[in-house]
Amino acid sequence: MSTTKPSSPLDRSAVIDRYFMEHRAKIIDVAAFLDRVERAASATGDPLAGLDDFRLRSLRAAIEVLLDGQSERARRILELLSDPGEAAIERAPMKGATGAWDGFEGGEHRSEADREASP
Amino acid sequence: MNYIDPHVHMVSRTTDDYERMALAGCVAITEPAFWAGFDRSSPQGFFDYFSVLTDTEPKRAAQYGIAHHTWLCINPKEAEDPGFAREVIDIIPEFLDRPNVLGIGEIGLNKNSRNELEILEAHLELAAQRDLMVLVHTPHLEDKLKGTRMIMRTIAAAIRNQSRLDPGRILIDHVEEHTVREVLDGGFWAGMTLYPDTKCTPQRAADIFEMHGTERIWINSAGDWGPSDPLAVPKCREEMRRRGHLAETIRKVSFENPREFLSQSGRFRTEVQPTR
Ligand SMILES: [Zn+2]
Repeated sequence: MSTTKPSSPLDRSAVIDRYFMEHRAKIIDVAAFLDRVERAASATGDPLAGLDDFRLRSLRAAIEVLLDGQSERARRILELLSDPGEAAIERAPMKGATGAWDGFEGGEHRSEADREASP
Repeated sequence: MNYIDPHVHMVSRTTDDYERMALAGCVAITEPAFWAGFDRSSPQGFFDYFSVLTDTEPKRAAQYGIAHHTWLCINPKEAEDPGFAREVIDIIPEFLDRPNVLGIGEIGLNKNSRNELEILEAHLELAAQRDLMVLVHTPHLEDKLKGTRMIMRTIAAAIRNQSRLDPGRILIDHVEEHTVREVLDGGFWAGMTLYPDTKCTPQRAADIFEMHGTERIWINSAGDWGPSDPLAVPKCREEMRRRGHLAETIRKVSFENPREFLSQSGRFRTEVQPTR
């Protein structure tokens, strides 16, 4: 099947000039969000409660994808955030979606104490 | 430059939006039946909705020179009760001869449940029997990849069972980087929805054209009652123009491609019909 691909007319420095500011802002937003989550009071009294929320673990794992040196980062992060199952579920539990798969393993929270323990 | 927004829920938008879209160059739209943000309490609620889609909205759009078309179905968010859903499917045929009806849509899956799947199959059967085109909604966020694959498997199984469905007359909407390739490789048309947070941005849509080409693919705003932008298509065109894409490439994805796909219905117009 023939497909015409209109390859990007911009060269690399033009891409950086055009989009850097927008993505500088986005990565600071991500950092501030993670700080905000850590600063927030725990609902249970356990200071670590909530830090292993599947959405946070998924986000941390997604951030690792950004730096692994492989291409197609957007596709791979979307896959990481997806339910990997194949079969229909018995009943729809709700209408909405959370944005990450609640069965995701990985992306553990690392505190400063963890970092000191493993040099 | 004229454009087509092939997926927008004008029932949830104001008349000012029709005016702004017309000012931006919109000449034709298609409006799939969807979840209006609340569950309708009876099939009569859908009868009224289908009347709006086939009578009220075409008139409202025509005031701004926009040709309005529609797709009918019970959307997957209201398909968890199959008995109810089948009652709604039963009233669709009496609207199919209205001049702005292009086919069945937006059918598909939402949470990928058995009941949703059963109702998807029932809609596909109706489309095959009537030789109608199909517009498919794929699930949101974490449910999209699984749901898109389930939908394509369901259609492939129907075709194996002698259904008259043709992937070239089916558009699978809301593709993103992780689903676009499989949809195109399956012979389907693909739609990219331009949403502020939850689907493609204009920048990512332009990236996807650069990575996957411009054959059998379109862009839409899917403007509705949630965070969405009825001017998303012209904004994506502007993004492509600023990158230096050719005017013919931009016209292909925002006008020629939707016209080519939708014209297979025999009912699609880019001009308002004065007799309607
Ligand atoms: Zn829609």
